Amino acid sequence: MSRLARTLALAPIVALSLAGCVPNTTATGSGSAAALTVAMTDTTCQVSAHEAESGTTSFTISNTGTDVNEFEILADDKLRIVGEKENVTPGQTVTMVQQLQPGTYYTACKFRLVGDPIDLTEFTVTGEEVAASSDQEALDAAAVLYLSYVKSQVDELVPAVTTFVNAYIDGDTAKAKSLFSAARVSYERVEPTAEQFGDLDPKIDYRKPGADAEGLDWTGFHRIEADLWFDEAGKNYPDGSIKKLSSAERKTVGTQLITDVTDLSSKVNATDFTLSISDITNGAVGLLDEVAAPDGKLSGEEDEFSHTDLSDFYANVEGADVAYGTVRDIALSKGTEGKELVDELDTQFAAMKKLLSTYGSYADGFDSYDTVSQDKRNALAAQLNALSEPLSKLAHTVLELPTAN
Amino acid sequence: MDATHEPEEPDPHEPGRARLSRRGLLGLLGAGVGGVAVGAGGTLAAGAIVNGAASPGTDSRTYPFYGFHQAGITTAAQDRLHFAAFDMTSTATRDDLIELLQDWSFAANRLMQGLEVAESGAGGPLLLPPEDTGEAVGLPASSMTLTFGFGPTLFRDATGTDRFGIAARQPADLTALPGFKGDLIDATISGGDLCIQACADDPQVAVHAIRNLTRIAFGRAQIRWSQLGFGRTSSTSTSQATPRNLFGFKDGTANIKSEDQAAVDAYVWAGAKAQGTWMAGGSYLVVRKIRMTLETWDRANLAEQQNVTGRDKAEGAPLSGGTEFTDPDFSATDAATGLPKIPQDSHVFLAHSRQNNSVQILRRGYNYVDGNNEIGQLDAGLFFLSYQSTPANFVAIQRRLAESDAMNEYIRHISSAVFAMPPAPASASEFVGSGLFA
Repeated sequence: MSRLARTLALAPIVALSLAGCVPNTTATGSGSAAALTVAMTDTTCQVSAHEAESGTTSFTISNTGTDVNEFEILADDKLRIVGEKENVTPGQTVTMVQQLQPGTYYTACKFRLVGDPIDLTEFTVTGEEVAASSDQEALDAAAVLYLSYVKSQVDELVPAVTTFVNAYIDGDTAKAKSLFSAARVSYERVEPTAEQFGDLDPKIDYRKPGADAEGLDWTGFHRIEADLWFDEAGKNYPDGSIKKLSSAERKTVGTQLITDVTDLSSKVNATDFTLSISDITNGAVGLLDEVAAPDGKLSGEEDEFSHTDLSDFYANVEGADVAYGTVRDIALSKGTEGKELVDELDTQFAAMKKLLSTYGSYADGFDSYDTVSQDKRNALAAQLNALSEPLSKLAHTVLELPTAN
Repeated sequence: MDATHEPEEPDPHEPGRARLSRRGLLGLLGAGVGGVAVGAGGTLAAGAIVNGAASPGTDSRTYPFYGFHQAGITTAAQDRLHFAAFDMTSTATRDDLIELLQDWSFAANRLMQGLEVAESGAGGPLLLPPEDTGEAVGLPASSMTLTFGFGPTLFRDATGTDRFGIAARQPADLTALPGFKGDLIDATISGGDLCIQACADDPQVAVHAIRNLTRIAFGRAQIRWSQLGFGRTSSTSTSQATPRNLFGFKDGTANIKSEDQAAVDAYVWAGAKAQGTWMAGGSYLVVRKIRMTLETWDRANLAEQQNVTGRDKAEGAPLSGGTEFTDPDFSATDAATGLPKIPQDSHVFLAHSRQNNSVQILRRGYNYVDGNNEIGQLDAGLFFLSYQSTPANFVAIQRRLAESDAMNEYIRHISSAVFAMPPAPASASEFVGSGLFA
């Protein structure tokens, strides 16, 4: 695949006003600095144009709504945050200066900074690639944007888990089952971040053997999964060690999960929480390791009762792809070796997603993993290896190789 | 014949390096331009752990990777084996296959010299996974040979598809083996598009080679099945003592020996049909994993064990008399009973070349023990490897054995594969099997 066939991300020169820095407006782009406006209300998000020349674009954002709002520019995967302006208060007008490379993006607002994006709209940038900023600026900006992405994911996690848990507590087994894999998607995209908080991942996502081995109460997603797919639980643990939960116990376990993911969200959103470039590149590798682990998705152990492993698998790959996308431009600036690595990773991420897509999608659901033959699992494993090997070189390329344009 | 070589420092400017792929050896290529390996005149990269060139007094013997015949066929059989069969991935192209064979050849040449898989070795930058996995650092070459082969499915897959544009060049001799009476073949440990036979006198060295070659293949080929063997069951040179298989009998007494040039030429190297083709100087490998029911065998009395084998257990002499290397006399009869001294359903009687139109095969098998099964039996036997000028020679002998060998009571063939083993690349400007793509 041609490097240019894939959407290019920003050259992250923008010192976001998140951190209160003065935007670096001295960067030169290929086109004249365009000035666009963004009109945000509680329910709408109108950008004055849907395309721009590459280079520096300024967005003048006015909030005429009733509460705090946020403007975002997302990459073509609609996940990775390329630029954002948070905490635009009612009546306020602020300016966000953004350097954009040619490619496809999406603009949207986030009312009260959470929930589904409002007026998610394609935004096209044309023209020539613009020069990258200095190494350190690029690294700093990438880390800030990745943190924004992680925050957006944990922010989505809380309502998704709440809806799922409520159905479960209400005893609506069919509905809860249908929501189980969707409730996990955001978590699976950013799991290495959750794992930084030692006690949270065990509570949220431990499988029974892990909890037993460490003498913990078994709680979280998989405790509820075992209860929802209780026949499978009996098959996998014929010693009867998994008991059907009573209504009161359902409420306890369910409420605990909401509490734990809310706790995760608070910790990630804390002002002193930061992520380094190493966290990002190691996190990408870690997400794929989660898939390949003996008790991971490839073996079908992760979701051993619901067999929804392929949904988790896809989310892990998406998470790794976003992390990679965050530093992709930096890798591209590292001479021949960097360009070859980017070529290879672009190809392998696309091939991995394409192969997984033959099994379904979030919208239509993925095939139950117990119906996937060993041959097909081997093909998934082969593609995962093909992706994981070059990904293991990303940290070195981004952090250790000299910039050589 | 393979000669003993001193390890050589590879010349980074050899023309063969010009087409190394970006994968696998990415780190090696580094800042190189046009495929020339790391700069600074080919000195080792900073931070590399350097494998000592074979230290004196240890198993420092090396065999050359380049030549006419591949090493690892008539080479004196080493003590240990790691064999692996690979399938090309579903997305792999002809270019991927060629690049893989180039990368494997580059790595094999280094590994057989006792070097790490690439110059950057098992060290390097702190944020980069080392190119070499490291477990053979400090170990000598240990007589390792790496021998590569192509299965029938590389030319035409199960649906008959010519994935790599080579179907027209599939040798007529290279077809999947037929079924034999009594076969209990497990497809998941059979066949394969490609194979690598790693033999060495140190198992860690052989395992290191397969592990690193597997890693290089990621994205292009994946391991399909593999097997460790811990004791050679054949001698392939008159300088070697005949080893014993897990039945406790000497095995391979009448094997082709590399010193017997006439037999090697007639029965090991691909025959007249291969002349002028990419298989000239190659051979055909048959792989059969033969499970031995050792518990049953160990309860058979000595006379039964010897009659099944056709040799005496202590000396290895044929039951017709003499010593180990005495020619069996199939006409000798027992004076008292009038029955043949070498029973006509014995393994030696049925397999001997004189009973098979003089046809011989070069056996190069290994004992294996894969732990035990769930009912407490050793999961063990013979990992049979044989090289022959055509697989048809093996098939003819195996048909006889499958039909009447008394040993069948104690064995089951549980896997099966056949591979065309191309000639060795002549120099670094070629790669193993390059003639197939010429």
